[in-house]
Amino acid sequence: MIELSEIKKAFNQGRPNEYWALSGIDLTLEAGKVTAFRGPSGSGKTTLLTLVGCLARPTSGRVRFKGQDISGLPERFLTEIRRQSFGFVFQQFNLIKGLSALENVILPGFPTGRPRAELIDAAEGLFEQLKLSHRRQAKVEWLSGGEQQRVAIARALINDPEVIIADEPTANLDTALSREFMTILEGFTAAGKTVLLTSHDPLVVESSAVHRVVGMRDGKLVDQ
Amino acid sequence: MRIWLEKQRHLIDFTLASLARRKTKNIGLLVAYTLLVFVLASLTLFTNALRTEATFVLAGSPEVIVQRMVAGRHDLIPPGYLDKIGRIRGVQKMEGRLWGYYYDPVLNANYTFMARPAEEVASGTIMVGAALARERGLDAHNTISFRSYSGKLFTFEVASVLSPDSELLSADLILLSEEDFRSFFEYPAGHFTDIALSVANPQEVRNIAAKLSSALPDSRPILREEVLRTYQSVFDWREGIVLTVLAGAILAFAILAWEKASGLSAEEKREIGILKAIGWETGDVLRMKLWEGLLISLTAFLLGFIGAYVHVFHFGAAVFEPVLKGWAVLYPRFTLLPAIDGLQVATLFFFTVFPYTAAVLVPIWRAAITDPDAVMR
Repeated sequence: MIELSEIKKAFNQGRPNEYWALSGIDLTLEAGKVTAFRGPSGSGKTTLLTLVGCLARPTSGRVRFKGQDISGLPERFLTEIRRQSFGFVFQQFNLIKGLSALENVILPGFPTGRPRAELIDAAEGLFEQLKLSHRRQAKVEWLSGGEQQRVAIARALINDPEVIIADEPTANLDTALSREFMTILEGFTAAGKTVLLTSHDPLVVESSAVHRVVGMRDGKLVDQ
Repeated sequence: MRIWLEKQRHLIDFTLASLARRKTKNIGLLVAYTLLVFVLASLTLFTNALRTEATFVLAGSPEVIVQRMVAGRHDLIPPGYLDKIGRIRGVQKMEGRLWGYYYDPVLNANYTFMARPAEEVASGTIMVGAALARERGLDAHNTISFRSYSGKLFTFEVASVLSPDSELLSADLILLSEEDFRSFFEYPAGHFTDIALSVANPQEVRNIAAKLSSALPDSRPILREEVLRTYQSVFDWREGIVLTVLAGAILAFAILAWEKASGLSAEEKREIGILKAIGWETGDVLRMKLWEGLLISLTAFLLGFIGAYVHVFHFGAAVFEPVLKGWAVLYPRFTLLPAIDGLQVATLFFFTVFPYTAAVLVPIWRAAITDPDAVMR
């Protein structure tokens, strides 16, 4: 489903503080599976996910999504692919403060032009699945860490993407909430979604919900 | 089209929610901006209304007034001048006028005495302007005495008080018969103060003025359009004075509004990154901020303009009145007729709404074109 070939990514290229986050990644990721990227901080896990999720372009190399080379597409097309095919759960959740949980969840649906009533229906369905219906009108800053993460998950799912990208999803959760997240993850697989996540939490990478673990260090793959 | 409309609706919804989230900043911005529009709109509405009023008032005045000059000063029109003018083609009607000023030490004010035909004002009676009547406590059938410049005392009966509708023109006016006028001022028989001419064809006014200058070389024709232009210049000048005095405050408001509008907080930058990461295009972010800018600037423009309208036409522009209206002992009471110049409104709209929208968009555009991967780092 996703093929990466000879992927390199540099930051501040040509400047004294030039830094190569990825140096030659070749990898194929299967559809409908959960793949976890494991590695120490600075190993390039998050950078790799930003390239796969069309949040950034590689400095060199190719990213193919369902056979289409997306590494050289203009921003507008990348945004469209990102909106339709990828849902993101960020480490800090990145919810918009001052808005309710419901308003946050329907935000990715705005650029699609779907009617508001339809978006709200979809959001209500997700809140029910994630057992968060009672908190849908609460402002996100009033929610607990676990609740905020579930709002972030619902937001990632509102456009019904094929791929869910989660960056360190359990970093801000306690053990009980982390286990709850893994249960939700199993639900994604059952629904046929592809999940890519980064983590160095043993509870995640050693979980039976994860089908494949890819090790990374210094911008290279070390263990597949 | 439906999708486009739905998108705009979503963007407006989000914009309204965003505005509500930053209440303090946005209310401050709205107040500063509304005040700016209010001051500028009050000035333009008021001076424009005064200019319109002047045009309206002068519409009934004669097209040309002829004054005789001696050594560069205004002098009396001697007998025979009316006959000479009568031969100039295009002059529809002419009338020798008698008027003069009288200083009344009771009020420390100058009155304008003007003679009218005997069928309008009977001998021994006068008609007085409303402001004058008010100040001297006069009413119909009262009597009043004036000591003439020669020291003689004249007593008149007030036939009527002139209508307050004409107060702008008649505040200090006293109408009396020609016979009374001539004896009060000891005006020589057959002489007039000036001559008023009516010209049927407005295109002919300048030609007739040229003919008058050559037929009566010691006279000067004063055209109605010149008087009107002088009035307009006076109001323009006064508007300029007020603008100069207020320039500092206006600039301060403008800088405050600009600074508040263009300053993008770290939180706002973060939000733009989030919106882009979850699938919003740069264009969507710009459109959303454009709606935000338009909502604030349009609301401020409407509030400021409506406030200025009420201030000028219902409260007589109380803030600027002392500077813009001028001064007189016998101050006429008058209500300005609402007059709005479309071009002035459009200019004000352009110079307030457009810079604000630009001020909002530039920093947003700079934030919106950055890569969305920043939110992952």
